[in-house]
Amino acid sequence: MCLGVPMKIISREEDTIVAEVDGVKKEASVMLLGEDVAVGDYVIVHAGFAISKLDEEYAEETLRLMKEIFKPEDMA
Amino acid sequence: MKFQDEFRDKRLVQNMAANIRRMSERLKAPVNFMEVCGTHTMSIYQYGIRSLLPDNVRLVSGPGCPVCVTPVGYLDKALLCAADPRNIVATFGDMLRVPGSRSSLMEARAKGADIRIVYSALDAVALAKNNPERRVIFLGVGFETTAPTIAASILEAARQNLDNYCVLAAHKTMPVPMEILTADPDLNLRGYLCPAHVSTVIGGNAYKPLSEKYRIPCVVTGFEPADVMQGIEMLLAQVLAGESRVEIQYSRAVSWEGNPKAQRILELVFEPCDAVWRGLGTLPGSGLAIRSELAAFDAEKVLSIAVADEQENPACRCGEVLKGKLAPFDCPLFDTVCTPEAPVGACMVSSEGTCAAAYKYGR
Ligand code: SF4
Repeated sequence: MCLGVPMKIISREEDTIVAEVDGVKKEASVMLLGEDVAVGDYVIVHAGFAISKLDEEYAEETLRLMKEIFKPEDMA
Repeated sequence: MKFQDEFRDKRLVQNMAANIRRMSERLKAPVNFMEVCGTHTMSIYQYGIRSLLPDNVRLVSGPGCPVCVTPVGYLDKALLCAADPRNIVATFGDMLRVPGSRSSLMEARAKGADIRIVYSALDAVALAKNNPERRVIFLGVGFETTAPTIAASILEAARQNLDNYCVLAAHKTMPVPMEILTADPDLNLRGYLCPAHVSTVIGGNAYKPLSEKYRIPCVVTGFEPADVMQGIEMLLAQVLAGESRVEIQYSRAVSWEGNPKAQRILELVFEPCDAVWRGLGTLPGSGLAIRSELAAFDAEKVLSIAVADEQENPACRCGEVLKGKLAPFDCPLFDTVCTPEAPVGACMVSSEGTCAAAYKYGR
């Protein structure tokens, strides 16, 4: 019920987008997003609405940190 | 997929587990961390996260599934709506098999009630538009993630001047139950993995009063396995340093302020109210009621629906499961009488219910 799926926007017409993940396409509304989202952006889609934009820079930063903190050679 | 695969990397997750084990050696006593998000519960079972953790770092599942915390009386009201042939009841799929006092929506539908599963609340608005002679009642259940989508549907129905769309609202909001659980000495919680998607709307700041008042670490955590492991590591680091702060691990989707537009739409349509949580009872200010200006869209006001003698199955231990006091496996009905095909309690119905996750993925 709370399921939210990260999807990539492949088209947008006014407040309606088509987003895609693993080849599955879904329509969703961007009524709830304040910021501008455009084709190519990633959003979390929940119950037919995009509720949050995913930030690529932060995603990469998180991964970088994970890999840095958890370097295998540090592991006893 | 980007944003997903990298966060499922087995090696990375294993390295993280080794690091957590090493950190845990410095703990003076075992710690309990709670997750209050059905998606976390699912993910923790699915990826066997518990088996990666040392014995002194324990995860307990809290009331993170909106379907599961919805009281039986709500289902009884929904069934009453469905019993009137002039009505169409529209709902998200996972409400269908939740047992009411005497039956479920699924059983009502088999007997001819007009109950439609929709993917989005806007689909329910479209149903109302296409069936002007019928009344469409949407079952509005969910936390702050879902509530704005329902609010948007009400605004959309108002914009289209529809007078046959209304919502039976039982929305609940997050930080309140966390306070109750933090104060419960039996649970002895030392940290929260805060819900990922709820937080996209309410933002990390929403947990600051809780964290400050109870000196409890809170980490807003994503739901991929590497996210969950990092969330646990961040909680552990705070515990070891004697700190209690809010941190955002899931920064790719969650900001401190949350989603201001969703918040504004929520406030336009709803106001806080007391709400009944299965297992937790009535919690002040933990629910959302439709504002009186929009009473025309409030099923409670439009229809007079009162139900008497709501009955939970007395053998179901959902209440304790939802509080994190009982593991699903310790419920005597688990996998004997109660299965996803024939659920006794809501926790076994919803795919994010703790019992359903435990059934599907095992220990
Ligand atoms: S196993 Fe079934 S009966 Fe037991 S607590 Fe879970 S849902 Fe309720």
